[in-house]
Amino acid sequence: MKSSLYKIALIGNPNSGKSTLFNQLTGLRQKTGNFPGVTVEKKSGVMRFTPLLNPVPAVVDAAVSEKEPPTEATLIDLPGIYSIYPKSRDEQVVMDILANPAHPDFPEAVIVVADASNLQRNLLLYTEIADLGLPTVLALNMLDVAESMNLRVNAVQLAMQLQVPVVRINARTGEGMDLLREAVQRQADRSGQTVTYFLDPAETHPDLVEEVKQTYQLDNNYLAIQYVCQHDAFTFLDQKERVHLDGLMEKYVFDKTDFLANETITRYERLRPLVQKSVTVQGESDEPAWTRRLDKILLHPVWGYVAFLLVLLVIFQAVFAWAQYPMDWIDMATAQAIEWTKQTLPEGVINDLLTDGLMAGIGGVIIFIPQIAFLFGLVGLLEESGYMARVMVIMDKLMRKFGLNGRSVVPLISGVACAVPAIMTTRSISNRYERLLTILVTPLMSCSARLPIYTILIALVVPDETVLGILNLQGLVLLGLYLLGLLGALGSAWLFSQFIPRREPSYFILEMPTYKLPRWSHLGIMMYDSTKSFVLEAGKIIVAISIVLWVLASYGPGDSMETARSRALTEIPATATENEKEAAISSAQLESSYAGHFGQFIEPAIRPLGYDWKIGIALITSFAAREVFVGTMSTIYSIGSDASEDALTIRKRLQKERNPYTGGPMYTTAVSFSLLMFYVFAMMCMSTMATVYRETHGWKWPMIQLVYTMVLAYVSAWATYTILS
Amino acid sequence: MIIARNVADLKKGEKAIIKSFNDRDMSLKLLEMGCLPGCEVRLDAIAPFGDPICVRVGGCYCLSLRRNEAASIMVE
Repeated sequence: MKSSLYKIALIGNPNSGKSTLFNQLTGLRQKTGNFPGVTVEKKSGVMRFTPLLNPVPAVVDAAVSEKEPPTEATLIDLPGIYSIYPKSRDEQVVMDILANPAHPDFPEAVIVVADASNLQRNLLLYTEIADLGLPTVLALNMLDVAESMNLRVNAVQLAMQLQVPVVRINARTGEGMDLLREAVQRQADRSGQTVTYFLDPAETHPDLVEEVKQTYQLDNNYLAIQYVCQHDAFTFLDQKERVHLDGLMEKYVFDKTDFLANETITRYERLRPLVQKSVTVQGESDEPAWTRRLDKILLHPVWGYVAFLLVLLVIFQAVFAWAQYPMDWIDMATAQAIEWTKQTLPEGVINDLLTDGLMAGIGGVIIFIPQIAFLFGLVGLLEESGYMARVMVIMDKLMRKFGLNGRSVVPLISGVACAVPAIMTTRSISNRYERLLTILVTPLMSCSARLPIYTILIALVVPDETVLGILNLQGLVLLGLYLLGLLGALGSAWLFSQFIPRREPSYFILEMPTYKLPRWSHLGIMMYDSTKSFVLEAGKIIVAISIVLWVLASYGPGDSMETARSRALTEIPATATENEKEAAISSAQLESSYAGHFGQFIEPAIRPLGYDWKIGIALITSFAAREVFVGTMSTIYSIGSDASEDALTIRKRLQKERNPYTGGPMYTTAVSFSLLMFYVFAMMCMSTMATVYRETHGWKWPMIQLVYTMVLAYVSAWATYTILS
Repeated sequence: MIIARNVADLKKGEKAIIKSFNDRDMSLKLLEMGCLPGCEVRLDAIAPFGDPICVRVGGCYCLSLRRNEAASIMVE
């Protein structure tokens, strides 16, 4: 039973403007998820139809004609591909859907987006999709780029040649959207048309095609040959069927590589005269002059790197300096909201849980929104403008030395915001080995969740001084920590590349898009989308942990909390003020709580690093997510402090903290730097582990990753503490 | 004696016509991306440290690839 909503698939070459068109057609009505059964990100959205003036006559059937034709459709954005033969895991999903009518995402119609400035190559994909027998609309995009290259495309001529609706669009300005919607609806309404093959595989392999069609009850010759070529990637076939198809390949002496090469060449040969008829070249066609001029600078041996460094500088400036203002506002607003709730609601357990547990936890999540949004926006800007491809080119040789690929630059840069989306972007690295290395080392890049830890600890022990005239010492230390993360990532990649055997050759082949001005609305949607998924995904874990933590810190085994209270009362001198009594009781109670027991349990293990059981609690809780560290610190110290101290910042509380063994300050230079080292390297993030588990299909790699980062963190923290104290 | 030349041998700005490929798997990928026998290629840019290189294919788009990949495209 099919749902009444049409499903429309969006297909096109990378850089054809496919995602811009997707945003244009769906606006904010989109959602991100996974395709069923595979971990490939699926973007889908609701696409509105325009009422048709001359609807296709409905079938005379009472049940059908009573129903209004759908006014909306689900638009599914499929990964960008050059042909239907997949080159990476991501690309496999396209044919897994299109070859399987029983797939929940199998579309009623397909929009193929084609870059008019490179029509012949873009039409290769179109002819393949059309030969599969799917009702198709060809959306001709980037006509303006074609014009600037002295190319004129005759859409009517093209439509006649290909026998398909062709719509001229401009995905960036939204031109032609209504015509496109209408054409798509018409195509989706018609079904069961016979296919005129552009290239019929039965021409060359009639017997093989016939046998596959009979065995699997297929109507389409091209689909039949895909069963032969791609059966290993089709999840809807079982092992027996795969073995059978392997047998067929042997029986008919079918050489897949030869077939593919011949197919591609023949398709291009048939396309050439057709494109010549529809495209007029006026004068010399070359890429736009500004792209050539920009490339002279941005790919230059010296200026190329200078430009890249400047770009990185702007990214850092945005994430760390500009994002600070909105973060301060959020911080203030959260504090006020908590204060207000505390005062307004009646005192008691509910009040405490709501304010100290839940609201503090939510505050800890939303404080990251500005940074995440800025970073996603900037990375998106670089991708949209076409600059990211240049960065990959100038970084490839360098990255290769560490066993990585030029494409690893994007995950590594994104890792500065958050490792979870960064690891997801590694899917564009088609080489499994380089992808695995990139996944393994990306969490070493200092993500924004580490920033609050860095900030607090640096402010504690590094004086706010100016060195060399203009540089802020605290800023320098911060920069050093980021560089340390980068060095750790590259060094680990190199080490891994010495131990993990490389099975397949490394590819780099990459299309260089022309430079484009970004569309701000598109960027806005992208920022909104990625930020939303971060807040919802990471937020769930962080809020849950905050609540669990509050419970663990507020309750203890048996009557230990009561015992701690009376013990504290007997130990305290009678002359103490009411406030001092309260503080002594709270601190004793925290020590006897479940959290205190945990902290004391691991204290022997972390003593060599200079930590006590309170830091131990923070280490345990931040194991789930680093951002919890600061939250835990405030929970621990706010529970352990009296009312008059509530106004003090967490930093001042840490400064006041005494070391129970020496009596001196707890957070000395040695302890603080040891903690900093620990957090630079330790993979303390359950969301990242879950992502790595999903992406590598098992616990082997996340476990290896956890162990190696922990060893790295422990050893460097221990060394730092030993040297500095 | 005529020595077979490939794209990696081109000088910056030099043009040539694609003749054949000497790596079967690589050729599939290159074919799909529009590098066809008979197509004109021009070496447009060389990245810092001499690798990868950027070539313009058929006068309509730019492809960047590593030297060893470019070496699989034979030209005349």
